[in-house]
Amino acid sequence: MKIQIENATLIDPAADSERSQDLFIADGRIAAVGERPTGFKPDRMLNASGLVVSPGLVDLSARLREPGLEYKATLESEMQAAVAGGVTSLVCPPDTDPPLDEPGLVEMLKFRARSLDQARVYPLGALTQGLKGERLTEMAELHDAGCVAFSQPGASMTDNQVLMRALEYATTFGFAVWLRPQDATLSRGGVAHDGEVATRLGLAGIPVCAETVALSSILILARETGARIHLCRLSSAEGVEMVREAKRLGMAVTSDVSAHHVHLSDLDLGYFDPNCNLIPPLRSQRDREALRAGLADGTIDAICSDHAPVDDDGKQVPFAQAEPGATGLELLLPLTLKWAREARISLPAALARVTTEPLRVLGLPTLRIAAGQVADLCVFDPEAWWRVDRGALHSQGKNTPLLGMELQGRVRYTVVGGRIVFDARSGTLKGVRE
Amino acid sequence: MTLPDAESLIARLAEQIRRDAGQGVALIGIYTGGVWIAERLHQMLGLSTPVGTIDVAFYRDDYKKTGLRAGVRPSDIPFRVEDADIILVDDVLYTGRTIRAALNEIFDYGRPTSVRLAALVDRGGRQLPICPQFVAAAVEVALDQTIELQRDQSGRFSLALTTRGA
Amino acid sequence: MNADLQISAEGKLQHLLTTEGLPPQILLQILDTARSFVSVTEREVKKVPLLRGKAIFNLFFEPSTRTRTTFEIAAKRLSADVVNLNIATSSHTKGETLLDTVANLTAMHADMFIVRHSESGAAHLIARNVGPDIHVINAGDGRHAHPTQALLDMFTIRHYKGGFNNLRVAIVGDILHSRVARSEIHALTTLGVPEVRVIGPRTLLPRQVQNLGVHVYHDMEAGLKDVDVVMMLRLQHERMNGALLPSAGEFFKSYGLTPEKLMHAKPDAIVMHPGPMNRGVEIDSAVADGRQSVILPQVTFGIAVRMAVMGILAGN
Repeated sequence: MKIQIENATLIDPAADSERSQDLFIADGRIAAVGERPTGFKPDRMLNASGLVVSPGLVDLSARLREPGLEYKATLESEMQAAVAGGVTSLVCPPDTDPPLDEPGLVEMLKFRARSLDQARVYPLGALTQGLKGERLTEMAELHDAGCVAFSQPGASMTDNQVLMRALEYATTFGFAVWLRPQDATLSRGGVAHDGEVATRLGLAGIPVCAETVALSSILILARETGARIHLCRLSSAEGVEMVREAKRLGMAVTSDVSAHHVHLSDLDLGYFDPNCNLIPPLRSQRDREALRAGLADGTIDAICSDHAPVDDDGKQVPFAQAEPGATGLELLLPLTLKWAREARISLPAALARVTTEPLRVLGLPTLRIAAGQVADLCVFDPEAWWRVDRGALHSQGKNTPLLGMELQGRVRYTVVGGRIVFDARSGTLKGVRE
Repeated sequence: MTLPDAESLIARLAEQIRRDAGQGVALIGIYTGGVWIAERLHQMLGLSTPVGTIDVAFYRDDYKKTGLRAGVRPSDIPFRVEDADIILVDDVLYTGRTIRAALNEIFDYGRPTSVRLAALVDRGGRQLPICPQFVAAAVEVALDQTIELQRDQSGRFSLALTTRGA
Repeated sequence: MNADLQISAEGKLQHLLTTEGLPPQILLQILDTARSFVSVTEREVKKVPLLRGKAIFNLFFEPSTRTRTTFEIAAKRLSADVVNLNIATSSHTKGETLLDTVANLTAMHADMFIVRHSESGAAHLIARNVGPDIHVINAGDGRHAHPTQALLDMFTIRHYKGGFNNLRVAIVGDILHSRVARSEIHALTTLGVPEVRVIGPRTLLPRQVQNLGVHVYHDMEAGLKDVDVVMMLRLQHERMNGALLPSAGEFFKSYGLTPEKLMHAKPDAIVMHPGPMNRGVEIDSAVADGRQSVILPQVTFGIAVRMAVMGILAGN
């Protein structure tokens, strides 16, 4: 299908540029920018007046809940949520049921995702079998099946010797390892940031040192082994500072933060809002400011949605019994724009944190708005206000602390490989191969 | 209209009670006006049994509508209600509902031999079959008006008329 | 999240979930009304017809005979109908959710729920999900709040000390896990007590507790100096297991209330305990049974205070 997008503002984070030009798409790629190519007859014309065109969002963490956790959400609903959120590529953690520790499971997931023909799915493979932290997985096989990196997404492994060996093994093949810095014993029993709010509410706390102690072990072992490490979901000011220092020493370390953590703090728990039960916990305002500063200076490379749909039964319970997690795929864009506005960051620089930087973390080629590039695009209205309520969300997970809030930034079209896979006026379109 | 002088009304009430009731009679006043009057009568009649005070808040029939109001005071009946001859004292007798509540409260303390009612002012408008044995004056006022007993710093009583919404 | 779930737009109490954020006039109204109910409990017929026809459901997800019994007695003295539900043994264990249980009971025309639960925030969750004419009283949720206990403690303090303006109050023991302590701190500070102290080892004091408006002491003798009210907290046996304390014996040595330690407080200081007591762990029998102890009167006052709370709520 040949598509012409006219009257749009094109944002190219890789070039740090913002310009008003037409865009021409053919055969899955950007045919031209600005000048219509000779003989180009568009099958579809999109009037993008007032809209922004950027590379499609690349979400470094979105749980699709398949295999095994379909009562919370299905691949169909979450893939719809992804493209409704302008996400054209997403990384899914391996903590499914069973975990992604077998090539067959990874292949099945990739096959299912491909047949839906919406966003591109990049699975993370389990670092250890069953995610138990004892035995290594067949990383080479898993990589061949499509895993982009290996991860232990829960609390840190308790056996540092196994961790070190896993890092060494991954390094053999040049695989990156994604780890969440959360010490299992220091965070044991905790459900909220260990501070004044938890004291008032009588909730067991997870102290900041649960993150920094784990970071310390991970960074030292990474340096020992020379492994490429990605740190998932920083939450504390001290944690950000440790990563800043590691980067200053030239370590091969990248990090991300969840979109909810960029905006919220433990004060948002109010009186036990179970939608604020997140891992890592929402910490103090001071920590939130440090996360924002880390995003601004590049210590934190990317913002991700950390999408974790939870069914109502999982949240309509007392706070400590609630299942942690928030829905996020459809909030990644507006929350990134909100941060950009508040921190006075330019649109290209802000969008880089959800497009080109995640690609760099993944070791994938960057996406540019230029002729010849793959046409994975997000076309959105940066000014449009919308209310975050159950009806507005495509995801089966309606669990977000922002329920009821109004946000700015609404996706109009999502394009993957040159095909329109989401049109806000008519809902998601299952991709049709021509 | 001018309301009668409260001090002369109390004297009149005391005279009625002195003529009709024995020395062993026990007074129970209903907060607030009824308690003031009961205490004054107790003084004037030289009664030996101490004055009982009740706040009928927990027996009222309008709880469902208006809830429990603030400023409830503890009831205190410092004598045996069982077998007592009681005179219930209130300042203004109107619908009779307060008296009904007071009777219920008194009977939760025991079974008196008799209960008679003394009111300073009867303004009519009864909604229950209640009538006073001792009353100093009958006064008619409009439905939107309230008669209130007041006491100044020297302890002197007077009656005041207020119009609702005024 | 609506922090004013307890109080309606007109300023009336709809639920009693926590003492935190309750305006002083409401706290005082409860204490004043309780005084009237004390006089009711002192006469022969201890009932008043105030809540006749109302159905009060005791939802105890965490077992407790004492508290449940006082609520039951209080409700019956108001002539209410009382239904006791020990959820541990009922459908709850069959997997029925907390909210489903509440919905089923509401369909049985409950007017009031008295809720005790092992998780902080359970009473708030229920209050947020009941209809407009149903009132919820928190009888203890996890570590968060136990407002009626705090209220009866305030009543007790006012009874023996006349007021709150010139007092030093010390709360001793396991503050970290104590819903009673949290509720008391909020009530004391709201009522204007000028100095509230917490005394305990560091492992049993919650993070940034001084932000609640208290002075922190680790030395009990210094903490008790010139104090007017000593509130002892119960130390649960399980606390020995979580690497919080080495033994009950060592705890008693440093933080147990003995006659010797009590001498540091004012000579007319009163000693309180929410019960049940662990004699020899947090409090010495000589003190618990001594002349400064008001632990038994606390129990009597507890019935009157709970009658006041129910009486005020059911009418709003």
